[in-house]
Amino acid sequence: MENIALETHNLTVSYNRKPVLWNVDFKLPAGQIIGIIGPNGSGKTTLLKSIMGLTPLSSGYVEIFGQQLNEVRSRISYVPQKESVDWDFPASVMDVVLMGRYSPKNLFKRISKKDKDIAAEALEKVNLLEFSNRQISQLSGGQQQRVFIARSLTQNADLFIMDEPFVGVDAATEQAILKLMQEMKEKGKTVIVVHHDLQTAKDYFDWIVLLNTRLVASGPKADIFNEELLQEAYGGKLNVLSKVGELVRQNDFPIREKQRK
Amino acid sequence: MTAFWIILTGSLVAICCSLLGSYLILRRMAMVGDAISHAVLPGIVLAFLFSGSRETLPMLIGAACLGVFTTVIIELFHQKARLQSDAAIGITFTWLFAIGIILISFFADNIDLDQDCVLYGEIAMVPLDMIVSATGWQFGPRPVWILGFTLLLIITFISIGYKGLFITTFNPEYAKAIGISTVFWHYSLMSAVSLTTVVSFESVGAILVVAFLIVPPATAYLIVDDLKKMLILSSIFGLLSAISGYYLAYLINGSIAGAMATMTGVFFTIVFIFQKIRTKNATQVPNF
Repeated sequence: MENIALETHNLTVSYNRKPVLWNVDFKLPAGQIIGIIGPNGSGKTTLLKSIMGLTPLSSGYVEIFGQQLNEVRSRISYVPQKESVDWDFPASVMDVVLMGRYSPKNLFKRISKKDKDIAAEALEKVNLLEFSNRQISQLSGGQQQRVFIARSLTQNADLFIMDEPFVGVDAATEQAILKLMQEMKEKGKTVIVVHHDLQTAKDYFDWIVLLNTRLVASGPKADIFNEELLQEAYGGKLNVLSKVGELVRQNDFPIREKQRK
Repeated sequence: MTAFWIILTGSLVAICCSLLGSYLILRRMAMVGDAISHAVLPGIVLAFLFSGSRETLPMLIGAACLGVFTTVIIELFHQKARLQSDAAIGITFTWLFAIGIILISFFADNIDLDQDCVLYGEIAMVPLDMIVSATGWQFGPRPVWILGFTLLLIITFISIGYKGLFITTFNPEYAKAIGISTVFWHYSLMSAVSLTTVVSFESVGAILVVAFLIVPPATAYLIVDDLKKMLILSSIFGLLSAISGYYLAYLINGSIAGAMATMTGVFFTIVFIFQKIRTKNATQVPNF
């Protein structure tokens, strides 16, 4: 692997002395769409937070494009879980998207016309331009997610890190996000997505990281989807296990409900 | 003229508190405002004790530091001792407030301060505290000048720090991810709240500051869809409460500060009922 976007080295994170991530060590290629998959409570979100420096590390380090986080911060765009904010906040769609243009350097300056143009362009891309003056509490779940994606588009980053962007969104939003991710990939950007749904994972991603507190596997999707690894990641969770068995039996994982709500 | 100065003092307190309170509410920190307003008491007493007079600027700032110290302790208990944040708030401010009360009773002979004044304020006395020049010209009451200066500081802080306060209030995690210090903005806001509490305690009292910090912003929150509008509207509600509160007190011959705080509640109730009726009558627009 010559072009490495992200490397974690012996990463361990614990909360209340209980390890959430244990010795996680992997390298991710640049220019691909990468899924981080694992059962609930397997440390997926914590992994993203430790990559973004939001959680103290017990040991290990993270390198992005071969550098420390602080040196490449402006090249990274983080999309938190949409449940992490209060959507009743008195702010308009435009206000939230404009936040993508904030940086420590321009924090005390006024928002420029150029920032507004960039924000409008991003809203256009996610099909929300006509909603730009709407209060965010009036949006549906899918629209909220698209607002977050638009905000991250305005950052003009090289690496996108998204936490569960497909949770609670409608089919149209799901397709829109997938299309945007493809566009980003074509422009040579790297997209890292936390995802919990095994059934759709194979369609969405090029590269898959299987996580269950420890790293189970990391590699191109063809290498990852086999019975042994999936059972290792999801082992013990019975209902999931039966789903995995079913998936493995059919070998090429065709099950997918396109109109899933 | 007396009425004018009292209403002006009340209004300045109300606007200062309403502006900062808007951020406290949106950050779900309303009770931290409550805690600070109580916990500055020992600071105020000590300041009186050392300076022997009211309103010397270094002493005001010293007392305000105690308010910031309170929020540091609350954070410490919450983060390091893994205490629930409301329990941490409860421990910190009751303890500091109690120390303040002991200090007052202990040094009662040395300082011109009593529990009643600290708790309820003496806004009616404001016009007596005139700044008089050597030539006999009256510049207006001292508290009005101090509060006016504080309001100016707060307005400057909010307009310069608008983006910083906005992003760290709405989505602190994202702010951290793009390299903006949430700690800096947290303590800047806490310092402003502390300062406001210290300078307003004399007119409306330590407890009633809380009413102005929380109720007008909560009233505005019910009807606005935009942060800027919330700041303006909560100031207006604060202002109206101060003015109508004065006349309510005049009418019933009661405590002015108490009446002003009562009016904040009256405005909240009116807006709440009005809002309920409005949403009931409005047809639900389907959300695509």
